[in-house]
Amino acid sequence: MPLTKADFAAVLLTFELASLTTLLLLLIGTPIAWWLARTDSRWKQPIGAIVALPLVLPPTVIGFYLLVSMGPHGVIGQLTQSLGLGTLTFTFAGLVIGSVFYSLPFVVQPLQNAFEAIGRAPLEAAATLRAGPWDAFFTVVLPLAKPGFVTAAILGFAHTVGEFGVVLMIGGNIPGKTQVASVQIYNHVETMQYAQAHWLAGGMVLFSFIVLLALYSGRSSGRSSTRVWQ
Amino acid sequence: MIWPLARRNPAIRTVAGAGEIQARFKVEHAGFTLDVELNLPGRGVSALFGHSGSGKTSCLRCFAGLDQPSAGYLQVNGELWQDSAQGVFVPAHQRAVGYVFQDANLFAHLTVRRNLQYGLKRIPAAQRRIALEQAVELLGIEHLLERLPGKLSGGEQQRVGIARALLTSPRLLLLDEPLASLDLKRKQEVLPYLERLHQELEIPIVYVSHSPDEVARLADHLVLLEDGKVSASGPLKETLLRADLPFVFEDDAEAVVDGVVTAHDQAYGLLSLQLPDSQINLRLPHGPLPLGQSVRIKVKARDVSLSLQQAEDSSVLNLLPARVVDWINVAEQAHVLVRVQVGGEQLIARITRYSFDRLQIQREQLLWAQVKSVSLLSTH
Repeated sequence: MPLTKADFAAVLLTFELASLTTLLLLLIGTPIAWWLARTDSRWKQPIGAIVALPLVLPPTVIGFYLLVSMGPHGVIGQLTQSLGLGTLTFTFAGLVIGSVFYSLPFVVQPLQNAFEAIGRAPLEAAATLRAGPWDAFFTVVLPLAKPGFVTAAILGFAHTVGEFGVVLMIGGNIPGKTQVASVQIYNHVETMQYAQAHWLAGGMVLFSFIVLLALYSGRSSGRSSTRVWQ
Repeated sequence: MIWPLARRNPAIRTVAGAGEIQARFKVEHAGFTLDVELNLPGRGVSALFGHSGSGKTSCLRCFAGLDQPSAGYLQVNGELWQDSAQGVFVPAHQRAVGYVFQDANLFAHLTVRRNLQYGLKRIPAAQRRIALEQAVELLGIEHLLERLPGKLSGGEQQRVGIARALLTSPRLLLLDEPLASLDLKRKQEVLPYLERLHQELEIPIVYVSHSPDEVARLADHLVLLEDGKVSASGPLKETLLRADLPFVFEDDAEAVVDGVVTAHDQAYGLLSLQLPDSQINLRLPHGPLPLGQSVRIKVKARDVSLSLQQAEDSSVLNLLPARVVDWINVAEQAHVLVRVQVGGEQLIARITRYSFDRLQIQREQLLWAQVKSVSLLSTH
C-alpha cells in the first residue's frame, strides 16, 4: 500500500479545503472583480493592489498576520469569541479563511479581465430590452464571462491545493483536521520516509499538470468561441 | 399594422402632451457640450442630422436613458421619462424604448431566436403589440433564427437588431445610424425594411444619421445639429428648403417632393408623376408603377436651371412653370440658390450669380424651371 491512512486523510482534506475555498472565492471575488472592472473611483488602484498582495508576499507573512488576528487577542479572534465560536487558529475554518485570502488574486484577476473584455455595450442592449441591472448581470454578463469563471475556479482551486506556508502558520499539523497533502509531504521528509513522500509529491505533480492542461486547452477553444461571438 | 399604444407603466407619471415629444437635454463632457431643446411629432420619423461630433448620438442616448444629462426634460406622448427639476429620471430599463445600435450589439452567446425573445419575454403579455412571427416576417429573418450572431453579415445583424427592438413593443423607437457600418450593398438590403417600419408603425421613430440620402428617403421631420446645438428643426420638406439656413447639405442642396403616378410611357420607359395641388407632371426614366401610387422624389439643386422662356427645343426632360419665392447666396459667391414654387411643392435651383443678374430675377417672378434629373426615393 503506497499511501497510508493518514496520507489519504490529508488528500481528502486538501480537496475539501480547495473546494470550499473556491466556492467562497467565486462568491466573494465576483462582486470585487465587477467593482474593479466598472469603477472610476480613486480607490480602484489601492483596492486592486491589496487584492494582488498575496501574489508577492511570502505565505508565511500572510499566515503570521492571520495567526495574530485570529488569535485570542486579535480582531477576528475577539469577534469569533464574542460569537461563542472560540478562536479559529488550528481549525479547519481557520484554514478556509487563510486560503481565501491567499488565493483571492487568482480568482479576482481572471474575472476582472473577463468583465472588462465584455464592456458596457451588452449591458446597454440589455437595459433597452427591459432587463434591470441584476437581470442583465445574470443573463448577459455571467454567460459571456463563463470562460473567465472557469479559469478563475481552476486557478483558485489549484492554488489552494498548493498552499503550504499559510497552512503551517495558522493550522499547524493536526491529522484529519488541518493536515493537508503539502504538509504531509513535509512530515514524510522530516521523518526520512522518502518513498511515502514520493507517492504524494508525484500525485501532486500529476494533478497540477492535468489542471494546467485542462486550463490551456480550455483557453484555446475558448478563444475560438469568442471569435464566433464577434 | 395596427399598433395601439401599450398600456402605460403605472410607475411612470403622465403629463399633458399626447401626440408629441418634448425633450431638453444638457450634457457636458470634457470639450463638448450638448444643449438642445426639441419638439418632435408624436409619430413618424424624425431625423437627427449632423456631422460626426455634432451630438446626435449623445442626444439619442439621453432619449433612451443610457446617459443621464445634468439637466433635462423628456416627455413622450404624455409619459414623463425625465424632469430634473422634479428629480424624475426613469432608468433605461423602465422606459418603453426600442434602441437599434450602430453595430447591432446583439448578444453573442444567444441565437438569433433567443436574442429576439430576450426583450419580448420581459414585456408582460398584455402589453405586447407584436408577435415574434410578425417581427421576423417584417424584417425577413426567418432563415436566421437558429444561428449565432457571429455567423451573420452586418446587414443581417442589423435587421435582427431592429426586430429585437420592435419586440419590446416600444412607445418610441430610436435608431443610431443603423446603416453607417454597412457597405452600399448591405445598405440597400436594410433600407427597404426601414421604409416598411415607417409605413407600418404608429409609434414615433428618432433616426440619427449623417447621410443626406437616408434622411431624404426616410424622414418626415428634420432636426439639424451643429456643435451640440439645434440649428434647425421642422418638417422635412420645409426644413430642406429653408433659405435662411446655411444649406443643410451644402453643395448637395436638394428638395424632396411628393407625387402620384399618372402614366407610364412604355415606348420611352418614362414614368409620369403629378405634383400635388396642380396639373403639373414630372417625367423620369423608371419602370412601370401602379397608377395612383404615391412616390417621393429628390431633386438636386444642381439639376435645376431657370429660363424666362419655355425652351421647347431643349433636351431637358422636364420644363415646369415656376414662381420665384426667394434666394440665398452660396458662400463662395459664384452661385445663388433660388427657391421656386412648382404647383404645391418647392424646388431649389443652383444657378450662377452671373445668370441670376442677367435674368433679373425677382420675387414672385414667373419663369420656367428645367429639371435635368430626378431620383425616386421611395414609394408609399
